[in-house]
Formats: sequence, structure tokens, C-alpha cells
Amino acid sequence: MEYVRMKQPAGDRMFTISNYTLLTVFFLIILYPLIFVLSASVSDPSAVVSGKVWLWPVKPNLMGYEAVFKHKLIGSGFLNSFYYTAFGTAINVVMTLLAAYPLSRKDFYGKNAIMFLFVFTTMFSGGLIPGYLLVKDLNMLNTVWAMVLPGALSVWNVIITRTYFQTAIPPEMLEAAQMDGCNDFKYVWKIIIPLAGPILAVITLFYAVGHWNQFFSALIFLDKQNMYPLQIILRDILIQNDVSALMLSDIQDAARREALRVLLKYSLIVVSTLPLMLLYPFVQKHFVKGVMIGSLKG
Amino acid sequence: MKALRMTSSSTGKTFPIASAGQKIRRVWQLYVLMSLPFLYLIVFKYVPMYGALIAFKDFVVTRGIWGSEWVGLKHFERFVHSYEFVKVIKNTLVLNFYNLAAGFSFPILLALSLNYIRVRWFKKTVQMITYAPHFISTVVMVGLMFELLDPRNGLINNILQAFGFGTVDFMGNPDYFKSIYVWSNIWQSAGFNCIIFLAALSSIDPSLHEAAVMDGASQRQRVWHIDLPGILPVAVILLILNMGYMLDVGYEKVLLMQNPLNLRTSEVIDTYVYKVGLVSQAMNYSYSAAIGLFKSIIGFILIITVNQIAKKANQASLW
Repeated sequence: MEYVRMKQPAGDRMFTISNYTLLTVFFLIILYPLIFVLSASVSDPSAVVSGKVWLWPVKPNLMGYEAVFKHKLIGSGFLNSFYYTAFGTAINVVMTLLAAYPLSRKDFYGKNAIMFLFVFTTMFSGGLIPGYLLVKDLNMLNTVWAMVLPGALSVWNVIITRTYFQTAIPPEMLEAAQMDGCNDFKYVWKIIIPLAGPILAVITLFYAVGHWNQFFSALIFLDKQNMYPLQIILRDILIQNDVSALMLSDIQDAARREALRVLLKYSLIVVSTLPLMLLYPFVQKHFVKGVMIGSLKG
Repeated sequence: MKALRMTSSSTGKTFPIASAGQKIRRVWQLYVLMSLPFLYLIVFKYVPMYGALIAFKDFVVTRGIWGSEWVGLKHFERFVHSYEFVKVIKNTLVLNFYNLAAGFSFPILLALSLNYIRVRWFKKTVQMITYAPHFISTVVMVGLMFELLDPRNGLINNILQAFGFGTVDFMGNPDYFKSIYVWSNIWQSAGFNCIIFLAALSSIDPSLHEAAVMDGASQRQRVWHIDLPGILPVAVILLILNMGYMLDVGYEKVLLMQNPLNLRTSEVIDTYVYKVGLVSQAMNYSYSAAIGLFKSIIGFILIITVNQIAKKANQASLW
């Protein structure tokens, strides 16, 4: 590639310059709001509301974070979200493996029919109301089951996992195992699961991020405040501007209260997003891999 | 040859003379594995499809789905003739087409651009930062937009004021709703969505580029004649997928972005179903289910049609 750069014609130099420029602009458009939020969250409340924060924190302090951590609903929201995410993801992963392995086997009689039943549900659904009535009829409203069972399986992830089994695990392995008298249960337990590490990482991540960011199921299936996941609490504070949920009533000065309210929102955005963002550099390559496997036509 | 195949193994279609019963018995354990997912599929996916029958009935909770009275297409007619119909359908279609047009082309441009960056640290940094917003949840994303677009103390209005413009009430103006929705999506997901195109670009045979350089092709010509055709198959498959599921995307974000001022342009089918069925005082399950079913059917037709067109055009197809 070196010689290409050396004798770049004028047109190419223009191309390269404009390419770097445009990409830098796009990069800054993405980066600037992120930095701004981070800076605003540690700035002085009055500086934030009067627009004095542009890039770096003004009179740095941790007032917003203090307010966030004192807030008892945010704490319980975090705990509930952890619970739903861990429990829900565990169910998801087991179910996905159970469905994906048989579908990856050529000798699974009826494979195409079952596959059709799976894929059809991605194209057509009964809709929101019948789904809600079902959960209601099963007496799952206001229980953790409403949060984890209706989405216990994603057909896309089943397809990705099946494709992985088909392409990454050589069929000779099965023949050899069967020769040695290994049955299908044992084969899944001793061979498939130990070899499924990479795909397990991918689907665990997909499911976990989905659960963590989920708010709509909680909105329709839960109405007890002590069961709300973080996203519902966030919605009340960030979007519905629920002042009572903010618990700032002990501050008398209205302007100061308003300022602290804005500050708390910035801090809250940071606190709620940080766990995923911190995890992100480590999991990035898995996500990329997942997208790739998903792109294989299966 | 045939005899050989019969004895070879149990993996392939190797026992052409085995009956269905024998084939099932041989892999019975696979059916045991499949039983839970299968049960899930029936209960949580197919039972609601049966439940969608209430769209053709006047559903009374105490009488159940089957016991309620049939009313034919009454609810569908009511929806089609209702004051909301044109507005909701138009918003759904316009929002989704706008989102698809802008949201689909942007990641491709980004991937093409990144592909010509030779400075590794620059490329890595841009990728790292542009992928990051993908992990922000919808709720936080909309909350962030509200803060930044706030007419009194939001960052965007502060910038506008610094340059001598007046303040704009972005969320209160229905004309801005769709653009805010679409461009915030791009801000959040363009980076992540370009991964797949970068992968496609990296699988293009480098000798094509080498030959083109030898022949004196400029970078712009290489983008046009090598890179774009190279990612076309992937792009077509993704486009089919996106078009097929067009009506499904993003209603959670729409719901969160809605306020009384922008409802004129922000009410889409899914949010309307939610409000009619689960929020409004006069809850009407049947009517709401009918609207939902209406959308499911349109969506289904859309997927089938798009796939047929793709097949006809002799490009890739999904099945």
C-alpha cells in the first residue's frame, strides 16, 4: 500500500483529505454530546442551567451523583434490573441452545417444519393485545415471569446459534461419538456446550443488553413500584419529569431545585449507562462476531 | 454405492429406506431437547395468534375468547373509517420510509469512508466512539435528547443562541418530530450498523484493488466500481430484512418521544394500539386487537412481496 500513497494523484489526495475531514466531523458529532453529558453531570447546577458548560466541567462537584445515590427508587431499580437481566438471560440461553442444536442436525426428522414454525413467528404475530391477555390469563401480571417468559427465545438468535453449530462443529465429531456409544444428551452436554463458548458469549450479550434496556414489558405487565426495573424509573424521571420521584422537596429555593433537577438527570444518564459502557470495550469483539455470524445466510 | 451410503453413518440422509417412525425413534432425544422451546413457541407465539380472533368478536373477558360474540369485520371497518386512520397510517409509513432511507444509506457511507483510512489509531478511535452510543438504552437516549433539545437550557439551543439564532422548541413542534427521530437513530446506530458493511468490504479480493491501481484508477473510481458492487449482495439482503420488518421498528422510542404537542405527526399504529387497548379509560380489547392485526397482516404482505421482488430481480432472497 506504501507506494500507492507515495504517488497519489491529485484527485486521490482530494479524496483522502475530504474523507478524513468528513469522518472527523462525524466523529466529533458523536463524541461531543457524550463528553458534554459527562462534564455537565459533574458541574455546578447553576452553571449547567445557565449554559456555561460547553466542553469541560465548571466548578466540578459530585452533587448530582449524591442525589442519584440517595434516591431509593434508583437503587431498587438497579437491583430489579440486575435480577431480571440475570434470570431472563439464563432462561434465554438455555432455551436457545435447546432449540438450536436439534435444528442444526441433518437427521432431525421434521426439522424443516419446525424451522418454519419458528421463522413464521418473525413474520406474523398476534399483536400486543392478545399477548397481553395471555400473560394476564396465565396470572403472570406483576410477577417476574411476565418479565422473562414472553421473550424467552429470540428466533434470530436461534438461527445464529444453529448456523454456528452447523459451520463450526465438524459432523465427524458426532459420528465418532456415536461410534463410541454416546447418545444425543451426552453429546450435547460433553461436546456441544464446551465447544459453544464463542456463540454463547455472543447470544448472552445480545440477550443481556436487551433485558437491561427493556422497558415496554415492565410498562404493560408491572404496576408495583417496588418491582420496577431501572428503565421505568429512568423514564419517570428523565422523560415524564416526575418531580415527586425526584425527592428534592427539601430544597426550598425553586430556582436551585430546578437546577439540581437538571443536574440529577445528567448524572442519572451517566450512572445508568456506565455499566454497559465500561463493559463495552471488552465485549465489542463479541458483538462484532455476532453481527458477522448473523449475516451468514442460514 | 447405495448400499454404502446406507451403512455410512447416521448424520446425513443416509437411510433412504427408513420409515418416518424409525427416523423419529433414532433421534428421539433431539425431540426431548426441542420440547421446551416448542412449548414456548406454541404458548407465547401461536396462542396469541389464536387470541387475535377477538379482533372479529366483541370480546368480553368473562366469556372468554371463544365464547364472545362474532361481529365479523366491524372493528376493522370502524378503524378504517375512523378519524385517526389516515393520520396513523400515514405517520407509520412516512416515518419508516424516512428512517429506512436515511438509516440505511448512512452506515454504508461510513463503512466506505472508514475503509480508506490507513492511519490505524485514527480508524480504531473512530470505530470505538461511533459504536458506543448503540449501547445507550432507548429510555436514556430519549431522555438525553430531551435534555439537549430543551428550549430553556438545552445544549443545542445554547449553541443556536451563541450564533445569534432564536431558540427552537424542538420537541414541541410536530414538524420536527420525524427528523429528530430519524437523525437521533443515525447518531446512535450508524456506527454499529456499519460493522457488517466493513466486514463485507474486507472480504473483497485485494487483487481487484491492486489491478485497478495499476490501471490508474482513482480512489473514487475504485469505490464506485469495486467497493460498491462488492457490498451489494449484503446490502440487498439487509434491505429486504429492513423493509420486511419496517412496520415493527422503533415504536418504543416513538412512544417515549410523544407529547400532546407532537401527536399529529408522532402517532403510529403500534402506539395507537397500545393507547386504545391498554391506556385509555374506555379500554377496548377487540378494537385495539383489530388494529394490531391489521398491522400484522400488512407487515406480512410486505415481507412476502419484498422477498418475491428480490427473487425476481435475481438478487439474493431470504428463503
